Amino acid sequence: MAGGAEAVRLGAEIERRERELRGLRERLAEVLAGESGADSEEGSAGVSAAAFPAELPPLPAQASLSAAAILRYSRQLVLPELGVRGQLRLARCSVLVVGCGGLGCPLAQYLAAAGIGRLGLVDHDVVETSNLHRQVLHGEARRGLPKAVSAAATLRLLNSTVHYVPYCGALSPSTALELVRQYDVVADCSDNVPTRYLVNDACVLAGKPLVSGSALRLEGQLVVYNYQGGPCYRCLFPKPPPPETVTNCADGGVLGVVPGIMGCIQALEVLKIASGMGSSFNQFMLMFDAREGKFRNIKLRPKKADCAVCGDNPSVTRLQDYEAFCGSSATDKCRTLHLLSSKDRISVEEYKKLLDEQVPHVLLDVRPQVEVDICRLAHAVHIPLSKLEEKSEEYLEYLKKRICEEKQRTNGQTSFPVYVVCKLGNDSQKAVRIIQELPVKAYGPVLAKDIKGGLMAWASKIDPTFPQY
Amino acid sequence: VTSSPSVRSFCFRGGAELLFDGVKKHQVTLPSQPEPWDIRNLLKWIKTNLLKERPELFMQGESVRPGILVLINDADWELMGELDYKLQDQDNVLFISTLHGG
Repeated sequence: MAGGAEAVRLGAEIERRERELRGLRERLAEVLAGESGADSEEGSAGVSAAAFPAELPPLPAQASLSAAAILRYSRQLVLPELGVRGQLRLARCSVLVVGCGGLGCPLAQYLAAAGIGRLGLVDHDVVETSNLHRQVLHGEARRGLPKAVSAAATLRLLNSTVHYVPYCGALSPSTALELVRQYDVVADCSDNVPTRYLVNDACVLAGKPLVSGSALRLEGQLVVYNYQGGPCYRCLFPKPPPPETVTNCADGGVLGVVPGIMGCIQALEVLKIASGMGSSFNQFMLMFDAREGKFRNIKLRPKKADCAVCGDNPSVTRLQDYEAFCGSSATDKCRTLHLLSSKDRISVEEYKKLLDEQVPHVLLDVRPQVEVDICRLAHAVHIPLSKLEEKSEEYLEYLKKRICEEKQRTNGQTSFPVYVVCKLGNDSQKAVRIIQELPVKAYGPVLAKDIKGGLMAWASKIDPTFPQY
Repeated sequence: VTSSPSVRSFCFRGGAELLFDGVKKHQVTLPSQPEPWDIRNLLKWIKTNLLKERPELFMQGESVRPGILVLINDADWELMGELDYKLQDQDNVLFISTLHGG
């Protein structure tokens, strides 16, 4: 096998370059962190020093704008709604940005450009390739770097007079309140339910206005909570949604410009609050439907007297365990389902072996059509999970036909193997359950198993040329 | 008084439409019944007639599940009496699932 030696050589080469890349990333992170330390007045708020939550000095009060500031902000200074007074207020205002992703990037960019005094940038994650289409402060060279550091580095190039404080970690119940207390306005640009409740409760307990944005697919929503006697997030949503009803950007998809638009509107509301104009979305929700090109303003309920955190007799008087409260983790990473026992599952390595040995079977791909269009294994039979769930006769007939065809190539095995695959190995487990319940008469004895980790495990462990998405 | 069959329209957004074959706008004819239609009856009707699979992703008990807001003429149903609100002609009922992505 001449290919074997070549494969070993290429593998070693890839490993060498990856090592080199890791070294470069570490150096870049150090360089960026060094810059951040240099421009913070007290030198304590550099990246590595962003011990959570470091005590921050108050922003200096300014009686007037410098000539440089007048030139820089002149186009907004001449607005009577803002004026010098408003600009000075912006310079004295600190904003905590929770999440430096699709919403946080444009929000922080416009706040920095407008001359906000201090930006706290919270994110526990590192930049990934699949972030770049919407998280526009990060670039190709920043992959692998903490998002908070990357965002601060880009913003510093835009406006070096703003004080940036990157926090490379997740907001947690033990740190959130102390952190929120040090800022004037909070922008929720997070991507998961537990963090939204955590940020809300911290804002209520600390008495800070919360400008909350969210986006998914082709839609966005925005509300300003806990502001001038208006409702908080819990007034609107006293109970968290069941975890299985929550969709993240990886599963649902998101068009990059949609969080871009919502993040910009969030920035606008922060600027209005910070400058003293006041927000338009206290007790109102803005809904944006990008597909229809429509914005809708929805009148919300007022603050609820029986709200658990902002009501008259609050039961939540300190921060709690929000992951337990919501039954989900405080990230937007895909959930791992454990529906089947290990005897009903095989690994990608085991499946590769079956393929190599040409064991007769049917491979059933249950992803939605749009994902099959992205990439597929050529020999797979495709039936979306939704069609299996609704027991679509047309599709079940098709499955039966394919099973019968393949079965003819065997000598009447007792139970014919059907392997089910999806992107990550969650939907495939649901599909196996459905197939196991199909009447034996119609299909003959079938042994259905799912492939653990799905096609993404196939891509990372078996075939590196297979696309990851 | 018996209300006659009436044509109603309602909408789903924020991903709630995905439970209804991806259709955002629905126009339906509600059968006549002795009492005027309220949101409680409308939800019951939707559950029986439109929600084929996995009703728990939309409903909990006789109401919508946590995380779905009901809007009547672009106002939070909390302001209008929630389940007891009596539907008027031309009312625009909207069910939105809240988004959490960013």
